Amino acid sequence: MTFKRTAAVALTALMAASPALADLVFPSLSYRTGPYAANGIPFADGYADYFTLVNERDGGIGGVPARVLECETGYNTEKGVECYESTKGEGALVYQPLSTGITYQLIPKASADGIPIHSMGYGRTSAANGKVFPWVFNYPANYWNGASHAVNHVLDLNGGDLSGKKIALVYHNSAYGKEPIRTLEELSAKHGFELSLLPVDHPGQEQKSQWLQIRREKPDYVFMWGWGVMNQVAIQEAANIRFPMENFVGIWWSGSENDVIPAGDGANGYKALALHNTGSDFPVFDDIQKYVVDAGKAAGAGDQIGTVLYNRGLYAAMLAVEAAKKAQEIHGTADITPAMMRDGMEALEISEESQAALGMPNFGPTFTVSCENHGGPGLGAVQQWDAAAQTWSLITDFGPSDMEVIGALIEEDSAAYAAENGIEPACS
Amino acid sequence: MPEQLLFATEVILNGLMAGVLYALVALGFVLIFKASGVFNYAQGVMALFAAMTLVGIQTGQVPFAHLINTILGTEIHHFGWHVPALLSILLTLGVMILFAILVERVLLKHLVNQEPIILFMATIGLAYFMEGFGDLMWGSDIKKLDVGLPQGISETIDTTTYEWFGYGFFIDRLDIAATIVAVILVISLTLFSQYTKTGRALRAVADDHQAALSVGISLRRIWVIVWSIAGFVALVAGIMWGAKSGVQFSLSLIALKALPVLMLGGFTSIPGAIVGGLIIGVGEKLFEFAIGPMVGGATENWFAYVLALIFLVFRPQGLFGEKIIERV
Repeated sequence: MTFKRTAAVALTALMAASPALADLVFPSLSYRTGPYAANGIPFADGYADYFTLVNERDGGIGGVPARVLECETGYNTEKGVECYESTKGEGALVYQPLSTGITYQLIPKASADGIPIHSMGYGRTSAANGKVFPWVFNYPANYWNGASHAVNHVLDLNGGDLSGKKIALVYHNSAYGKEPIRTLEELSAKHGFELSLLPVDHPGQEQKSQWLQIRREKPDYVFMWGWGVMNQVAIQEAANIRFPMENFVGIWWSGSENDVIPAGDGANGYKALALHNTGSDFPVFDDIQKYVVDAGKAAGAGDQIGTVLYNRGLYAAMLAVEAAKKAQEIHGTADITPAMMRDGMEALEISEESQAALGMPNFGPTFTVSCENHGGPGLGAVQQWDAAAQTWSLITDFGPSDMEVIGALIEEDSAAYAAENGIEPACS
Repeated sequence: MPEQLLFATEVILNGLMAGVLYALVALGFVLIFKASGVFNYAQGVMALFAAMTLVGIQTGQVPFAHLINTILGTEIHHFGWHVPALLSILLTLGVMILFAILVERVLLKHLVNQEPIILFMATIGLAYFMEGFGDLMWGSDIKKLDVGLPQGISETIDTTTYEWFGYGFFIDRLDIAATIVAVILVISLTLFSQYTKTGRALRAVADDHQAALSVGISLRRIWVIVWSIAGFVALVAGIMWGAKSGVQFSLSLIALKALPVLMLGGFTSIPGAIVGGLIIGVGEKLFEFAIGPMVGGATENWFAYVLALIFLVFRPQGLFGEKIIERV
């Protein structure tokens, strides 16, 4: 009896001492309400659906269920910070702020708290320097890569020579919209094209002045850094003045179905940069249908699957899951911490084989992350809108950006940040 | 004609057209303020709600589909029909009249004799409620609005001006349509208020609430009528602006474009809203054309308010507003 009681007490103590495998928590700072809800909903759906798929099909990540903790920001910076503060205690492994404004606010907070941030295709570009920003990642590409992708695309169209050409940048008159200006100025000096800048005030419903100026000055190409209603109005105005749509290139935040459908046939041929592939012709979508939609576990109505922004959410979730797997592999435990997650992100390697194995062949660029480079090689592609078929299609492979120019800018900006904040750049 | 003068002329013409669109939004504010002294913060959201309802009816969208599907586990989104544009507009007008009745019954009736600031607060609440309600009813996706309005450059004006000046002017056919609609709307509203019994009652209420009540005019009925007319004006503004950008949340922000127009034209004058809109439209476009490039561009939003403030300093009641006389 004494032995039995002792054994029972010992077993209970052992069970109590063994760490239970908690869920792996992935906060989703979403915006399903407010002026940008039409863009926030598909991203949030794609992000959540991929984690649901991993849980239902694979039994979680390394056997541990993933839990998406959704918090509504309304694309509002203050609310985004509140969301961070209210969810970080839940064991958050990585934050995707989904807003450049929120990212800027979270960089010092998350760095102090030791929680990684992944700002995919937005946020502070110079965070690509992992020696200065050890907790921030912005792979596979950033705004400055995007500016270079756009220039590379028109270089390709002009046999590698842009001398004497005129390029106009129509941009949201905010920190986000101004991001590519320095890079484009550098590239303008390098390639000899003339750059003109046309800011559009928030929200961008009235752009007559800018497009009359474009009609007068007749630039060869127009690039756009827009968001929300600014995109739809710009594309409509471009169609109104009969600007050739194949010479109009938007950043990846100006290239969703939402941006082109309101302009109808006028948007045909419009181009946008792409961080990832388009459509739903990938095996992973069969699994999404089977394990998520048919099981009644889809995050939304299921009508966004395969749209550009749904795919972006899905892609961001896939990268988070792969980083978590890498972290589990490095540390030999399934129950990872935010610090371990950071290590996984820093050692992330996305290859053609790994994407194919996930049912996402050629879905995104291949890249590796390192301590020195949290942004990857900055690969990107160009997609084009077919108004008749109502589809986006990639018209180029994932190509490189001018890292000679961008690398120097990243070094300069991150060095300034390091000096301001007393950071000694180093790799741990 | 010198090139810069030609460009400036094109800018002025486009400014006039833009001004008409601003005036369309401002008209809704003026109508309600004139009849009830309420600054209707919800006017922009009313334009959004009207446009969403129009597209929803036209495309056969099931209202509250997401809610219904979540509760009942169904998968219904569309009725499967397409309603003709004109009928959709009439049905939407019916919805806006119903909305006006509900606003009067649920909100305004309980706030009779309250301070204007209380009524203003109530419209703020109404605006936020309608934002959420509209989303719930029709979804927050961006909708294409197609009621057959022409859009794109006017070939006739382009060709004619090219033959005359060697430079073809750009005028959007949608802006021309908006101008025609605005002119018809203003004439109709003027005739309605001058020559109909209800119109005269509206003017009586606008002049003096107490006196109007004493001769048997029902304030509640007048409020329903005026909110219905404002709903109609919101529908027209929603159609014009929605055709430019698609029907989406940002449509509610067009109210911001109406504020400088109201400051300039006065809160109580229909002609003031029109003239104010034209002055703001031309002023901001010309400033952007002439001065914008020197100061980095994007001047239109703030310059409209500067222009309005200048007028405000010299004529606080606005260009056409009634002179404020306080008797002690």
